[in-house]
Amino acid sequence: MKATCWMGKRTVEVRDVPDPQILNQSDAIVRITSTAICGSDLHLYNGFVQPMMKGDVLGHEFMGEVVEVGRRVQKLKVGDRVVVPFTIACGNCWQCRHDNWSLCENSNPNAALAEKALGHATSGAFGYSHLTGGFAGGQAEFARVPFADVGPLKIENGLTDEQVLFLSDILPTGYMGAEMCGIQPGDTVAVWGCGPVGLFAILSAYLLGAERVIAIDRFDYRLEMARDRCRAETVNDETVDSVSETLIEMTAGRGPDACIDAVGLEAHGHGLEYVYDRTKQAVGLETDRPIALREAITACRNGGTISVIGVYGGLVDSFPMGTVMNRSLSIRSGQCHVHRYMRPLLGRIQNGEIDPTVVITHRMPLSDAAKGYDIFLNKVDNCEKVVLRA
Amino acid sequence: MLHVLKSISVNRPRHEVYEFWRNFERLPGFMIHLEAVTVGGNGRSHWVANGPAGRVEWDAEMTEDRAGEVIAWRSLEGSDVPNGGTVRFTDAPADRGTIVQVDLHYDPPAGKAGAAVARVFGEDPSQQLRDDLRRFKQVMETGEVVRSDGSLAGAGQGATNQRPAQPVEVRVRS
Repeated sequence: MKATCWMGKRTVEVRDVPDPQILNQSDAIVRITSTAICGSDLHLYNGFVQPMMKGDVLGHEFMGEVVEVGRRVQKLKVGDRVVVPFTIACGNCWQCRHDNWSLCENSNPNAALAEKALGHATSGAFGYSHLTGGFAGGQAEFARVPFADVGPLKIENGLTDEQVLFLSDILPTGYMGAEMCGIQPGDTVAVWGCGPVGLFAILSAYLLGAERVIAIDRFDYRLEMARDRCRAETVNDETVDSVSETLIEMTAGRGPDACIDAVGLEAHGHGLEYVYDRTKQAVGLETDRPIALREAITACRNGGTISVIGVYGGLVDSFPMGTVMNRSLSIRSGQCHVHRYMRPLLGRIQNGEIDPTVVITHRMPLSDAAKGYDIFLNKVDNCEKVVLRA
Repeated sequence: MLHVLKSISVNRPRHEVYEFWRNFERLPGFMIHLEAVTVGGNGRSHWVANGPAGRVEWDAEMTEDRAGEVIAWRSLEGSDVPNGGTVRFTDAPADRGTIVQVDLHYDPPAGKAGAAVARVFGEDPSQQLRDDLRRFKQVMETGEVVRSDGSLAGAGQGATNQRPAQPVEVRVRS
């Protein structure tokens, strides 16, 4: 089959690789109809999330048709149309039973590696480094899906691929970012990053009752999407002296009630702080650039909540812990517990409360995946979200 | 005498977890260095362990067996690797399942065989036992040892035995 392979830093190639096979009897094999490139794939592309191996198949947002099932699969059958959550979860361990699917205790065969890096292991995930298990991803013609009775969501009505594809990751991720804010009537929520996850966080914050949502980014076309398609007020961080002062002013001196970091470890900024983080990251003294996170903490109102859904990989520097402690801030975070949100969000799509297709700007065949990575990374042609047709 | 102590929590009832372990012939299904265990009469069993460095065998007898609580064994005279172990099963608090605590000790003989034995049991016996318990938990909670393209044999491959996260050409037994 054709599959998008990581061949080294900033190099992906669509190559011929063996077709996937059943490795566990609870697996299904899915013929992929639609898949997408995620902002977090760019962290792999840029070499910030490790360990990767040459030939790793990328991709964790995908859907398609079941073509084979293992002996122990009961709920899925050949021909079913499914969206697959990017985290892999067994459904039976203590964490799965407590709805914390991205913390599944059984799905990561490389748990020992993850423990060394993170203290405790997280769940497996598709196409997302060997730290999350070394599972081949879904920017391919076929994928092996473990725990087929637990993760994949059957799509049985007339919804199109584009309407439901993002249930695999970015829609639940944005929604969880807003949910973690604990939004109360009258709240203002600030969202750093107007990539697809940021846009879904904005839409979700309104769904959950936010009075105002303020979006921050450095690209005007992305701010325009946040304004026009998601009803956010916007701040371009490159045109203001201080994002936090701007936000504090916009909120009559209080600061946003909750701040969502939908940027993560490759944040951009300007001035000395950005130079400091770029330099420390380049020489390995810091793995992640927490510029958006620092701003979010500084801007947030006293007693407010910081919700972190942007990806971090390791260590950050100059973390304003004194601000967090003295101003009673709460930090909530996590890789999305996708399984928790897929079904309710499918309901919201069906009844028209949310239209996930608003983030799509580019559609191309799987064979053009390398081009997709390039234009997405470099924000060419106002790229926001690339969907690949397998 | 080398001594390793590790524990894990398993989200299954204590008696079920005990019963599974009590059937020693199932142990090679999740203990990566064991090739086969054959259970005879009178609490006796024959163990074969294998690894890149070679094969070792021993006979063992059960020294303690309290249903749902504890299983202990020790190797008999003439073993390639004198060894013994105790597995304790206790209830974890609230809804946290069963705690399985494994206490292993073994006495690698001197010389060439000793070196081989050390390698059979892994460079890091503590990490190896932890990975064995991880696979045990997977078998108890999900029914199988979980595999990936990068770690085809499941937990315990480490960084050195990783292959790319890409489907394999050859048919893998499952």
